[in-house]
Amino acid sequence: MKDVKNVSRRSFLKGLGLASGGLIIASGTTLFVACEPKDIVEFNPNLFVQLNSDGNLILVASRSEMGQGVRTSLTSVIADEMEADWDRVSISQAVGDVKYGDQNTDGSKSVRLLFEEMRKIGAATKAVLIAAAAKKWEVPASELRAENHFVINANGKKIGFGDLVEIAKTLDVPKDVQLKDPKDFKYIGKYLPSKDVVTLSNGSAVFGLDKRVDNMKFAAIKRCPVAFGTVKSYDKTAALKIKGVIDVVEIPMLRKPFGPLGGVAVVATNTWAAFKGKEALKVQWDLGDNNTYDSEEYMKQLTANVHKKGKVAKTVGDVEDAFKKASKTIESTYQLPHLVHAPMEVPNAVVWVQGTTCEVWAPTQEPQRTRTEVSAFLETGEENVTVNVTFLGGGFGRKSKPDYIVEAAAVSKAINAPVQVVWTREDDIQHGYYHTVAAQYMKGGLDKEGKVTGWLHRFALPSIASTFAPGTVDPAPFESASATNVPFEIPNMQVETGEAPAHVRIGWLRSVINIPHGFAINVFADELANEAGIDPLEFRLNLIGSDRIEETKNEYKYDTARLKHVLKQAAKNAEWGKKLPEGHAMGLAVHYSFLSYVASVVEVSVINNRVKVHNIHSVIDCGLAVNKNTITAQMEGAAIFGMSLAFYGKITAKDGAIEQTNFGDYQMLRMPQAPKIHVEIVENNEKPTGVGEPGVPVIAPAIVNAIFKATGTRYKTLPLKDHKLV
Amino acid sequence: MTKLKINGEIHTIDVDPDMPLLWAIRDIIGFTGTKFGCGKGFCGACMVLMDGKAVNSCQLPVSSVGENELITVEGETENLQLLQKSWEEHNVPQCGFCQSGQLITATALLNGNSNPSEEDINNAMVRNICRCGTYPRIKKAINHSVELKNKG
Ligand code: FES
Ligand code: FES
Repeated sequence: MKDVKNVSRRSFLKGLGLASGGLIIASGTTLFVACEPKDIVEFNPNLFVQLNSDGNLILVASRSEMGQGVRTSLTSVIADEMEADWDRVSISQAVGDVKYGDQNTDGSKSVRLLFEEMRKIGAATKAVLIAAAAKKWEVPASELRAENHFVINANGKKIGFGDLVEIAKTLDVPKDVQLKDPKDFKYIGKYLPSKDVVTLSNGSAVFGLDKRVDNMKFAAIKRCPVAFGTVKSYDKTAALKIKGVIDVVEIPMLRKPFGPLGGVAVVATNTWAAFKGKEALKVQWDLGDNNTYDSEEYMKQLTANVHKKGKVAKTVGDVEDAFKKASKTIESTYQLPHLVHAPMEVPNAVVWVQGTTCEVWAPTQEPQRTRTEVSAFLETGEENVTVNVTFLGGGFGRKSKPDYIVEAAAVSKAINAPVQVVWTREDDIQHGYYHTVAAQYMKGGLDKEGKVTGWLHRFALPSIASTFAPGTVDPAPFESASATNVPFEIPNMQVETGEAPAHVRIGWLRSVINIPHGFAINVFADELANEAGIDPLEFRLNLIGSDRIEETKNEYKYDTARLKHVLKQAAKNAEWGKKLPEGHAMGLAVHYSFLSYVASVVEVSVINNRVKVHNIHSVIDCGLAVNKNTITAQMEGAAIFGMSLAFYGKITAKDGAIEQTNFGDYQMLRMPQAPKIHVEIVENNEKPTGVGEPGVPVIAPAIVNAIFKATGTRYKTLPLKDHKLV
Repeated sequence: MTKLKINGEIHTIDVDPDMPLLWAIRDIIGFTGTKFGCGKGFCGACMVLMDGKAVNSCQLPVSSVGENELITVEGETENLQLLQKSWEEHNVPQCGFCQSGQLITATALLNGNSNPSEEDINNAMVRNICRCGTYPRIKKAINHSVELKNKG
């Protein structure tokens, strides 16, 4: 590498100022600062690739990094097809712009949707570099190949990618390209470490909260405790007395899906003064229509709604008739509370509005939507709004909703200066977009052999659609899908939905509707197995039944053989059926979501009425495993996320206000409770499917099933903390 | 005026003596590696070393720091750098936001205990939340550092 000075990490940090304009490359554990020589030539064959004449390769990540490893996964696909040296790659984060295609980092679909495209980009870049070498050496391109950042001829003569830049710039980039044979993948399918592991371990990665702009102010916003309540009046005297507080401004409420909730902002020279000012601020609220929302009462209403006939979402055969003829019927009701995302980094954003232009630096999963919302708010063209995406300290769906960024735009506009709006943890817990709250009723009929002849699933839960169309009381089609697509070979099945008006903002949270549905379906199947006196594993495999492909509305077909396979593997890995110590037992769950197949077997112990999870064996089939390091990490994280919600997750509302405040009363799993997590990734060459979310829905039901096995008690409501088990 | 000794350098700042150390470090002095997670002492994201021990900087007014030496994740101290290497080795971070705090707590653990048992690790690390769920890897990385240390 030319013009590179190896520097210690410490002087690197100090030298950041010097390095601006230079190129920063994190390579393994060493950081290099490359001084930009005057003669560097850049080659940009497309939006995602910049190859410099010194050989440094900058690949663009268009999706947001929130811990799912997407920056590494996507760029490694380009590098692989390009035959680039991964150590020469650095990653540049795209701003929000439609020219990058869809950037919505949500729904476990970045790799799924971009895999082929990234491959083509890499292959086209490789092709043009080979063409450049062919031109230079005056030989046919067919005699040349690329390997590890070089183009090589049949005799082994080599030329570096960087040395081909000048010629490559004069050539056309081919449209039709040959992709690699998957068996030749070098980075894809391996345990490739994250490119960001160094900066994420030394404090130098810039999250939204770490962004600093000259003359930037800090703001905290007091919002109405009840969703969609409004400011009547406020008294700013006490707030303005706090040292560091500069200004107090009112923020409008915008009643749109990602509009700010409105409130009063305290602007200060530091975050703490803004927080103190917010506490000191006195606001009179008009609480609005939701001020009677009581989540306990509401659960009774939802439960009543599933204990009567609902709207039919799917019907096969005749369930009523099946129940009449069954030798046994059982029924169960499950109740699951609201949850909130609580990403480790609270919502925050830096925005600088200058006249009709605006620059945003924010941890956002949705940079394009942010651009649209901010430009709409400022009544300016999208071209005047630049959205820079920082690292996200977790997202889980919260940071798909740019309400907090529009707030910062409102404050910046009002004070005519750059500002960072910072939510307190209390704001995050109390003013979120909540995961739905659900009542579900299940009824099943068994024949004399213990075969299931009828299956009724009724659910009522406030819909995400209510955030987009206030007043919605029925689930959107995608909120029925994970109940209607249950792949059980049962002759009579019916899915019904009950009404559920929303009284808080309902949003999507990691795994979304699969959490309640995965819970009820997996627990009820276990109850049926118990009723039939058949081992839950055998019973479940029989329920799924024959190997078949279920038609879907997209090109990914639902394959029951793959579903059974993950279940069998998880059971095998956990040694299902082996003798366990006194008080220990295993439980299982299997679920298909985000087009991936996941099963988990958990081993718990319940001793003195305290539950401990010892082992979780998870198996995922997500098609071609693009980065096994990331996939394993996501499955581990999903297990912990699933345990947090099973153990502690519960948001309640009284008089319209959320009762929980911070991690003291909205608890998270901590290290002493974390089990050993064993992950198997099924090897296949199917198209890649979702990874970030599908590991979550199986965890809570598998734990509940294991507890039943250990104790004989079936817990049908979560969290387990309410049952004094944790 | 308050004097703070952070990562070997003295910083003199003019702030309300009640200002928590966290905000003095982040907003006044400008080291942003130390994170805000809850502001109430629940999560450990704001952990810094004070005389080698891990403290939640969101709970500590600047006036109470006195002459004590502070080290943040950007600082240098043997166990911290060793742990950072193991963090890389085991690909610990997911989003990474909690990791400064995790590393500081782990550093304090190794400062006081060169051969921690699983229980010692749990007891120390219970102060830090990782919403992404990197606990299994954190534990592996700490054990890896312990091995490296004991190998000399
Ligand atoms: S921010 Fe200090 S403990 Fe959470
Ligand atoms: S890595 Fe994201 S919170 Fe720990």
